[in-house]
Amino acid sequence: MENPRHSVLVRVTHWLTVISFVALLVTGLEIVISHPRFYWGETGNVNMKPLFTIPIPSSRNTVPTGYGYVMPDQNGWSRYLHFESAWVLVLTGLVYGIASLLNGHFRKNIVPERGERTLGAHWRRMVQYLRRRPPGLDESDSYNVLQRTAYLVVIFVLFPLVIWTGLALSPSFNAAFPLGVNLLGGRQTARTLHFFVTWALVLFFAVHVAMIAVSGFWNRMRGMTTGRTVSAEQTAATKELV
Amino acid sequence: MKPMSRRALITSGLAAAGVAGFAAANRIAGKHGLIPPDCRGVYGAGETLTYAAHRLLTRDAMAREFPRNMISKNPFANEVAPPSDQFKKLQAGGFGDWRLTIDGMVAHPMSLSLADLRSLPTHSQITEVVCEEGWSYVAEWIGTPLSGVLREAGVLPQARYLKYFSIQPEWSDSIDMADAHHPQTFLTLGMNDGELPVGFGGPLRLRVPRQLGYKSVKYITRITATDSMKFQGDYAWFAGI
Repeated sequence: MENPRHSVLVRVTHWLTVISFVALLVTGLEIVISHPRFYWGETGNVNMKPLFTIPIPSSRNTVPTGYGYVMPDQNGWSRYLHFESAWVLVLTGLVYGIASLLNGHFRKNIVPERGERTLGAHWRRMVQYLRRRPPGLDESDSYNVLQRTAYLVVIFVLFPLVIWTGLALSPSFNAAFPLGVNLLGGRQTARTLHFFVTWALVLFFAVHVAMIAVSGFWNRMRGMTTGRTVSAEQTAATKELV
Repeated sequence: MKPMSRRALITSGLAAAGVAGFAAANRIAGKHGLIPPDCRGVYGAGETLTYAAHRLLTRDAMAREFPRNMISKNPFANEVAPPSDQFKKLQAGGFGDWRLTIDGMVAHPMSLSLADLRSLPTHSQITEVVCEEGWSYVAEWIGTPLSGVLREAGVLPQARYLKYFSIQPEWSDSIDMADAHHPQTFLTLGMNDGELPVGFGGPLRLRVPRQLGYKSVKYITRITATDSMKFQGDYAWFAGI
């Protein structure tokens, strides 16, 4: 294929990330149901004041929720699948990260271009989005600065943070690397941050899917799956022919 | 026979190397105790990676201990099933007749009273109980390291797991020998300068502070050493994560 829109590596790691992220999200929320209360510091339990509580029923009758019923316990398989998916996510991330450093994908496609690394450049692009101006032809084969910054934050800030805060919940890992949890300010802080970073990733996911829907959902899906897209020029040419 | 194309040669070479590599990795992992009892099924791959990684990276690590001022003022005693008749009878007698049996693959099977356990070297640790649900508390745990009792009993070298049983029906769990001999794995008799309250597992609880709370089974009456483990249950066997 001549110049696919996305390389094989990007396409395969993208979909592995999607699958593991969705599995982690569903099982993570399922685990939260067993204790929908969040704390700050090292410790927290139902005898202590929470930082905040999610107003949902719980799968444990020891948690006061105000609901008159208890949800079924699904933590067994949820925890199994959560950690298995975490392995897929981490190994996929390592392959993607190392390969993208070596083949210049980060440098060429993800890091904002020289001259675009200003707040002004981001703002101009944002205004274009807000005014719902269609993207120019120059954008069809390259990410703009807002996309690049968003991807950069997700790849180098949010995913590392969600993995770090997740590892800080493992008593065995914390035994070997106590700094991981202590730097965050304690186990319950790590749990609360794990929850917040998850929502930051969900926010990205929602905006990402919305932008794809706006720019032609099936064409973009095709681009990320087969590597081929119907470009704006081709579409225009086809229309002229018709 | 048609000569193999270069691509087919490379592909089959890689496949053969992959199979051989996997077989070798499997053998090495088995030999070094990196395969958990729940290594089969849909979640087996993830579970094996988790267990192997923890055993390679954290085998001798010590659970975090906390300063005295971090002991939780309001620890939470998770609910347990109503006490069995057997438990109530022993409780009425002030647990004077409570026995802990050590058997299975040991040179000297033993039966210990709480007084016997109290006469052993007493240690204390201020560690966190971490529930898989998400909550936690810090307490001081007072007891005797399980490793000393295992030394007395003379655990046979072929033993690979310890199974431990609660007096409560159908409540047992198991750990590998790395956790069994770990200096922070306690036969716990006291908590926060007092007796271990019944709600927290008194009179005798096995504390495994490097794993989640569900491995710290309450009301222990029997520990047995074994070389095989048939895993059953809904929750992961290794609970270090």
